[in-house]
Amino acid sequence: MIQARICKSFRPGPESAGFRLEVEFQVEGGISVLFGPSGSGKTLTLDAIAGFVKPDEGRILLDDEILFDAPSGVDLPPQARRCGYVFENYALFPHMTLRQNLAFAAEGSPRLERHRRVNEMLERFHLTEYAGRRPHEVSAAEKQRCSMARALIGSPRLLLLDQPGRGLDAGIRAEFYGLLRQVRAEFQMPILLVARHLEECFELGDEMLVLREGRLVQSGPPRSVAEGPADVEVARLLGIFNLFPVEIVELDPQRNYSRVRLWGHDLSGPYFPGKLRGDHVWLCVRPDQLDASTRDARPGPNQIPAQLIRSIETPQAVRLEFEGDLTVELSQAAFDQQKHNKEWVVSFPPQALRVL
Amino acid sequence: MAIDWFPLWLSLKVAAIATGLSLLVGLWLVYLMANRNFRGKGVLSGAVTLPLVLPPTVLGYYLLVLVGRESPLGGFYERVFGSPLVFTWQGAVVAAMLQAIPLLVISARAALASVEGSYERAARSLGASNWRVFWRVSLPLARRSILAAAWLAFARSLGDFGITLIIAGHIPGRTQTLGGAVYEAVEGSNGGLARALVLVISVLAAGILWGANRLVPRQESG
Repeated sequence: MIQARICKSFRPGPESAGFRLEVEFQVEGGISVLFGPSGSGKTLTLDAIAGFVKPDEGRILLDDEILFDAPSGVDLPPQARRCGYVFENYALFPHMTLRQNLAFAAEGSPRLERHRRVNEMLERFHLTEYAGRRPHEVSAAEKQRCSMARALIGSPRLLLLDQPGRGLDAGIRAEFYGLLRQVRAEFQMPILLVARHLEECFELGDEMLVLREGRLVQSGPPRSVAEGPADVEVARLLGIFNLFPVEIVELDPQRNYSRVRLWGHDLSGPYFPGKLRGDHVWLCVRPDQLDASTRDARPGPNQIPAQLIRSIETPQAVRLEFEGDLTVELSQAAFDQQKHNKEWVVSFPPQALRVL
Repeated sequence: MAIDWFPLWLSLKVAAIATGLSLLVGLWLVYLMANRNFRGKGVLSGAVTLPLVLPPTVLGYYLLVLVGRESPLGGFYERVFGSPLVFTWQGAVVAAMLQAIPLLVISARAALASVEGSYERAARSLGASNWRVFWRVSLPLARRSILAAAWLAFARSLGDFGITLIIAGHIPGRTQTLGGAVYEAVEGSNGGLARALVLVISVLAAGILWGANRLVPRQESG
């Protein structure tokens, strides 16, 4: 378990804006993903936990040990924290072979024991045949496995990963996801991972922590964060929603009914607790929950006529982009039936509507 | 004309020993300045580079005060090794080191600063002590630049004149190095000898420079 409260300020410099990190969180076992745009303080948080950066204030607790505590002046050096760290560029020592990289990390133990552990890790991460090569002589996938093995060989109490696999192609990334899930299953320790893509949160995260501008804005299992973003900023960060400013024109808790006005059209939805009639709120709806079809003489209930700008085929579906930043996702089959439409209406199923 | 090559061999010996010792002392200083916080760190860092800007004769004077026969340090040396440091070739080594250490420290600091920070962080997170990070990771990654700096320090030591003159004198056959030999040849209007020695020094220096340039890495962290 890791429990952290970290405050760190940077004064604005001639070429950089000031920045203040202020986060507090607690994560148990499993994989927790720090998610946020670049410059939100994800890596800084990781570095503070690893001991590379000294916070101005706060306390960092790993299991029952205090790694850092500002008031009492406790500040363990990175060497004493026993946090495995996998760097974005893997940081395998270029002048050592893969075997030597692992041996370097195991140097605390007696010779025979070290030899045994290095061999064990080489085997476990399928590196035995590359053991004698230097990092620049192996592929990205092998570097990835080696950096993971190196971080784990000293039995750390926590594994930190800073955007591993960034810029790698999909196949190697998928391999990495598999590797990390294997590590989670085989090694009993919390894993904290920095990611910039929502896909990684869903692939790997038991828990996700959303950071924005140095603040923790939401946390929880990825599914629940994606289904219930805390506010419109989080929804924007997740990047999976249509977001429109609307006005609530009717609210009825008895009938579980509400009506919002978007672009002069009324849409009905479920009752929105905690809102008042006349509130200006954000309507939040996922593209795949919407439906688009040909426009009849008169739009039906919960339908809004829309002007198609373009359609984009994605591996899973077809994205239709309409005027007003309205995006709809249709399956390929559904789109094939519709593709000769001249004029379109977009249907908003009442149960899909959510306001923030 | 028979040329006495003793000054050349002495210079090479002095420069080689001085460079070796300077590497040890210089790298230790670099390590201290990079990893330890102590009072007077700023002063030390300034003092290390001061020899680069002081006139050699001034440095020689300081050194004479510091290790002369009457000084505690000079006395200590004499008791341990049985002979004084001044006016011996060992004195010339100390003189050369005074020139070589600043060069090495400045280059080594720059070379180490350019080592990608994540390697050192990785090493520390793996439990390696600062000392081990320095020797096993930082230094090997910066080795080419540091070796190039050592070459330059060697060349600098080879040609030292001012400090050597004051601390070791230029006693022919005992402490006369190349610089001193050239000086004496010119003073004594021995044009042929002066030209021969100047040519040797120039060729040596050019060769060393060429070697050092080849060492400077195009891409250190591959």
